[in-house]
Amino acid sequence: MSFMKLKVISTLLTVINFINNNNKSGQWWQTLHRTMLRGVLGKTFRLVGYTIQYGCIAHCAFEYIGGVVMCSGPSMEPTIQNSDIVFAENLSRHFYGIQRGDIVIAKSPSDPKSNICKRVIGLEGDKILTNSSSDFFKSHSYVPMGHVWLEGDNLQNSTDSRYYGPIPYGLIRGRIFFKIWPLSDFGFLRGSPNGHRFSDD
Amino acid sequence: MALSQGWVRRYFKAFCKGFFVAVPVAVTFLDRVACVARVEGASMQPSLNPGGSQSSDVVLLNHWKVRNFEVQRGDIVSLVSPKNPEQKIIKRVIALEGDIVKTMGHKNRYVKVPRGHIWVEGDHHGHSFDSNTFGPVSLGLLHAHATHILWPPARWQKLESVLPPERLPVQSEEE
Repeated sequence: MSFMKLKVISTLLTVINFINNNNKSGQWWQTLHRTMLRGVLGKTFRLVGYTIQYGCIAHCAFEYIGGVVMCSGPSMEPTIQNSDIVFAENLSRHFYGIQRGDIVIAKSPSDPKSNICKRVIGLEGDKILTNSSSDFFKSHSYVPMGHVWLEGDNLQNSTDSRYYGPIPYGLIRGRIFFKIWPLSDFGFLRGSPNGHRFSDD
Repeated sequence: MALSQGWVRRYFKAFCKGFFVAVPVAVTFLDRVACVARVEGASMQPSLNPGGSQSSDVVLLNHWKVRNFEVQRGDIVSLVSPKNPEQKIIKRVIALEGDIVKTMGHKNRYVKVPRGHIWVEGDHHGHSFDSNTFGPVSLGLLHAHATHILWPPARWQKLESVLPPERLPVQSEEE
């Protein structure tokens, strides 16, 4: 599942600030007449300064606190439908508070530029049933140290740890906990429909 | 009294303003452009920490260079350890995706590095916790590219991107 961060916000804020400042310092033609070159230069520097400042604030917010993301793809149905908008928080990743059953955003292990959105089925040391398709060949595997086991809620249509194995904890970007769009589904996310996939111990 | 209160208030205000500019800018700079880190352990001898335990080098980590996850064979990079997410490790890139490497002590004699992964090894074979133990690592764990040694001053130098000839990939992607 891929998603987009709304980094446009920082640019917008900068523009608003710029307009406000413009109004405060008198009529625009007066400003222009007074010190044309200095004014323009000052404005440019101020604009660059505000851009850097808000850009940095946006980076810190998206990196350490969380943000709004748009999910796409069918692998998390029915919990998250295609093109739903959700809140993600990054604090639990920094404090190592990811638990079984949490829905997380992680970097794809085969392509670091794209992101995936899956549910954590097992933490390190858990015993995982790797193929549930038949009762005859039940094979278990243990999640190694520092890794997590991720699976989509839509088991039939999801490329997840059953395909590429456990992924390192360091790839996790954030935890999704709140859905804001569509409005009919507004609220905290539901539990996993595949409860039997969780390990017993 | 009123004057001094006003002064305190103004000072506090200016401090807050500066604080809210400086902290995000500094954090972003350290996250996105470059930072420095102390290297611990003997796994990269003789390139780093040649003196053993009594000296530890401080290296410059360039984040900007790896923003698109582009690394070359021979680069010294820092990664989030796949076994322990709280730890960063510093290793040399031996092979990129698609290469076939001859391993040293891994369970398979030859390994093809999968898509989006790299093979990393310490220069000090046998004393390094690297891909020979945990296999190829995902590029998403890449943290930074170590470009210079900054401390101690006598060892100030650029870290060259050299691949030991005996560690060349058996078969590389381009061929």
